[in-house]
Amino acid sequence: MAMTAKKERERATDIQEKKTKNIVYKTKELNLWYGEKHALKNINLDIAENEITAIIGPSGCGKSTYIKTLNRMVDLVPGVKTSGEILYRGRNIFDKDYEVEELRTRVGMVFQNPNPFPKSIYDNVAYGPRIHGIRDKKILDQIVEKSLRGAAIWDEVKDRLHDNAYGLSGGQQQRLCIARCLAIEPDVILMDEPTSALDPISTLKIEELVQELKNEFSIIIVTHNMQQAARISDKTAFFLNGEVIEFDDTDKIFSTPSDQRTEDYITGRFG
Amino acid sequence: MSVREKFDDELQQLQNKLVDLCNLAQQALEKSIRAFANRDLNACIEIIDDDNDADLLYEEINDDSILLIAKQQPVARDLRKIVMGLKIATEYERVADFAVNIAKSTIRLEKAPDISMKHIIDNLMKMYDVSNEMLMEGLKAYRTEDIHLAKKVADMDDEVDRLYSETIKELFVINQNNPESFDLVTQLLLICRYLERTADHITNVAENVVYLVKGKHFDLNQ
Repeated sequence: MAMTAKKERERATDIQEKKTKNIVYKTKELNLWYGEKHALKNINLDIAENEITAIIGPSGCGKSTYIKTLNRMVDLVPGVKTSGEILYRGRNIFDKDYEVEELRTRVGMVFQNPNPFPKSIYDNVAYGPRIHGIRDKKILDQIVEKSLRGAAIWDEVKDRLHDNAYGLSGGQQQRLCIARCLAIEPDVILMDEPTSALDPISTLKIEELVQELKNEFSIIIVTHNMQQAARISDKTAFFLNGEVIEFDDTDKIFSTPSDQRTEDYITGRFG
Repeated sequence: MSVREKFDDELQQLQNKLVDLCNLAQQALEKSIRAFANRDLNACIEIIDDDNDADLLYEEINDDSILLIAKQQPVARDLRKIVMGLKIATEYERVADFAVNIAKSTIRLEKAPDISMKHIIDNLMKMYDVSNEMLMEGLKAYRTEDIHLAKKVADMDDEVDRLYSETIKELFVINQNNPESFDLVTQLLLICRYLERTADHITNVAENVVYLVKGKHFDLNQ
């Protein structure tokens, strides 16, 4: 009896949560071709607000392509064709009159290798706000401090804000890139293997940071590190050969996946 | 070739040790029930001494499992295999302990049960037969991950429970009519209880097999 009541309570909470979670990105029947190569096949995915969604899968499965489609960075690749829709906050980002710049202001991105500008720490973070026309030194100072604090690097750099960013360690550079991303106050942060070039301690720092950031942002992270996906994400999507094989709660994916291919991949039987 | 050949080998070794532990428990139980039937006190002492082997193997399975989890970070079915293996090992270790308990009770039996207790002894033998079959089939269910067999094993526990309550009632009646048999009845009662608990622990093995395969809990003890 107690067992049944517990299950029903869990089910009710689940339904409640699903009701209240807003969807940031709704991907409907998305297909993408690089020339002849069919790289994404009929992708349907709902990305929820204030959650961390992990995308896992072997190399070449389309996971990076997918997140680069979410901010239309993939447009930069010659010969790319798409069909289907990606609704960001209800609007199709492929609409002809959709302003890509506006989209990229709302959707920040962090890459595999830290890529700070060859400028000072301060200027790296102030770069985006300046482009958006903010000139007031006081406001810029505030944005820089808030962003660096948000990226959990303020204490390490506050005394050398005008030093060149290249002098920072890899892990610090990556957190600086996250701060740079936070400075434009995005809604969504896309992360493409953000820790694969970092040492284990820097990796854990970034992971902790990502978990804090989800209170304010929606995060989509591509990772090759399955334990990382298991540790930090709420939802996990498993991609294989351009298809989404399984998309579910991370707890479910890493305990009792529904598809044998997911099980084989997460247990290291292939990939 | 699996990309995790070494891990698969280590998993297999763990499973082999579990099979060994089950065999030790099964042999001890068989030996204890024979020793009881024949009042073979030397065999009883051997059972008590040999239990150390089962304890050591059980500790080894614990250490191997912890190490495997730490080194390989298994998930999903692999993780369930190790954790359920660990739980199943605990059940088998317990069964081996019941064999020791039966041996100790046999030593404490001051006189042999007389002919009036033939039905009791027959029932205890039947309880052993069913428990032993459950033990062997439970191991098979684990090795082959056969949930239907696991369910069958759990169902067999009903027969042990039935024999248990029948035997207990009879023992109470004997005790009332022959108060001088108190010590004998007490030891028979304990042996009856050890056999009943053995079957319960093997039912747990069956539940663990179902969890290993399905990833869901089923109470097969009801």
